[in-house]
Amino acid sequence: MAGYILRRIGLAGLMLFGLVCLTFVIANVAPSDPAALAAGPDAGRSQIEQARREYGLDKPLPEQFLRYVTDLAQGNFGRSIATGRSVGTDLARYFPATLELVILAMLLGVLLGVPLGVVSALRKDGPVDHVTRIFAVSGIALPPFWFGLLLQLAFATWLGLLPTSGRISVFTEPPDPITGLLLLDNTLRGQWPLFREALSYIILPAIVLSLPCLASILRVNRSEMVEALRMDYVVAARAHGVTPWRIVMVHALKNAMLPTLAIIGLRWGWMMSSTVLVETVFDWPGIGLYAVSSAIAGDFKPVMGVTLIVGLNFMVANLIVDLLYGVLDPRLRRA
Amino acid sequence: MSALLEIRDYRLAFDTFDGTAQVLDGIDLTLSAGETLGIVGETGCGKSVLARSLLQLNPMPPARVVSGQIHFRDEDILRLPERAMRRLRGRAIAMIFQDPASYLNPLLAIGTQMEDAIRGQDIAASLRKRPRAAARARAAELLAAVGLPEPARLLDSHPHMLSGGMRQRVLIAMALAGDPALLVADEPTTALDVTVQAQVLALIARLVAERGLALMLISHDLGVVAASCARVAVMYAGTVVEEAPTGELLARPLHPYARGLIAAVPDLDHPERRPQGIAGSIPGLIAPPSGCRFHPRCSAATDRCRREKPLRRELLPGRSVACHHATP
Repeated sequence: MAGYILRRIGLAGLMLFGLVCLTFVIANVAPSDPAALAAGPDAGRSQIEQARREYGLDKPLPEQFLRYVTDLAQGNFGRSIATGRSVGTDLARYFPATLELVILAMLLGVLLGVPLGVVSALRKDGPVDHVTRIFAVSGIALPPFWFGLLLQLAFATWLGLLPTSGRISVFTEPPDPITGLLLLDNTLRGQWPLFREALSYIILPAIVLSLPCLASILRVNRSEMVEALRMDYVVAARAHGVTPWRIVMVHALKNAMLPTLAIIGLRWGWMMSSTVLVETVFDWPGIGLYAVSSAIAGDFKPVMGVTLIVGLNFMVANLIVDLLYGVLDPRLRRA
Repeated sequence: MSALLEIRDYRLAFDTFDGTAQVLDGIDLTLSAGETLGIVGETGCGKSVLARSLLQLNPMPPARVVSGQIHFRDEDILRLPERAMRRLRGRAIAMIFQDPASYLNPLLAIGTQMEDAIRGQDIAASLRKRPRAAARARAAELLAAVGLPEPARLLDSHPHMLSGGMRQRVLIAMALAGDPALLVADEPTTALDVTVQAQVLALIARLVAERGLALMLISHDLGVVAASCARVAVMYAGTVVEEAPTGELLARPLHPYARGLIAAVPDLDHPERRPQGIAGSIPGLIAPPSGCRFHPRCSAATDRCRREKPLRRELLPGRSVACHHATP
């Protein structure tokens, strides 16, 4: 098992290096001139050249890359050229908002997707199966911005039950962050009114973000369960008198969870990046919104930072999935 | 001896996209407590479907009971609801399977699978469910009973760590968990090496003798059946064509198909006698041959065989044959 873990971590390290290279290349093929942006709209040629030297942009690319890597190693994401703020500080501020959204969306996806997948498999080609199939297909097909607008219209404008956008009311003094996740912080402090307020803001974007994730988990889990329930070991378990509940929830589901886990890992990374649309619709102050506004301004350091964070999430999620595979499947521990 | 298992005119069909396959076409068999019965036939003749019927393990649909009864003790298995059926599985009728690698769950430890079976049987029998530790102790006892060393360590292993022979022993141990009266063995040695085959057959024979089990052993291999069963039923395309005491069948088969089956076995004592195949192949069951299902492959077939399905009749005491032309 130790060898398996080490190998997985080693692979993740290689992937991280590839990711760093990629973000650097992307930033350097971008068509804007960061030095001109830094010097301001009215700057002359000499001022732009001075900015170029200041930011080290006049150095040859290999040297810039080396500096980029050493900075990253020290946790330094560089400075935003437009605002002059440290990208690391900005990310620390915006990332928890996105993380909270993605965690809630993932919880919805897993806690609804897996049981619905199991039920659909057990009632294969029955009414329940048809309903979840239609639900899943629409979940994947609906564009999130459109669905988000629809929910805002229904729950905020017509019913007036939930706020339209933002993370918390502008009149509410946000408490000092513990983790930066509002729901968790307010639970830790026992501040239930604030918890309810935060929940009312997060629930709609979380639903919109989770729908495609929920749909794909449901479909994968359903087809894997159908497959598992047909296996010889299920026939044997029935013949030996194992209870139907144990057969479904342990003997078959454990096997079905392997491919489902892979989808969960991919969807985690996918949500981190697709949150851009959801955050824009709901004005959610996360890294998606941050990346969009920076990209529009041609400010490449924040975009690189966000890309790194998203890529890192993909990697960590897949590393965790790989490790869980090893826990679930004893055959992998030796391989 | 009273009959433990009595199968009467059992017909089972599978509804498929291409039509209805008459997989079992009027099976009549009787098995008394402690008796051993072998069932032989080519692949696809319905042996395994028959075996699974005894525990209602065939998926329905597509499978559908057309007619008949399967009486086990006083109950008709075909009419038992699923809940009542669960009471029988493992505790009255137990089953071992062909390929122990695929019939053990790859992700669960041997101990977990055995405990689940033992505790599940407790629940089905409306007994208080044994605590895990007690079930585990029972599982270790069973593993020791089938001659597996270090049962305690084995309980924590996963199936992929065991050899084929060990896996089959584990499955046999699981089948013994509920002290069944009838053991159904569906090709228990087909997936094993020949040397391991002999060990597993010896183990089954020992358990049958020690525990007074009735045994229904299904195999395509006459040798396996001859080694373990007092009586044999030969199946062809969903029907039993001949039933006889094993020795008598091997010495003098009466049905043309049984004759062909025996002629197809290589004879180690007379290597100069080449094994003979049976011409043709097993018929499709969606549109089976009219009359006797064997007639297209039978050299003795007449017009009557094409028209009229032969009923199985007793030609000699304990020997019955389904052939118009068979004579004692």
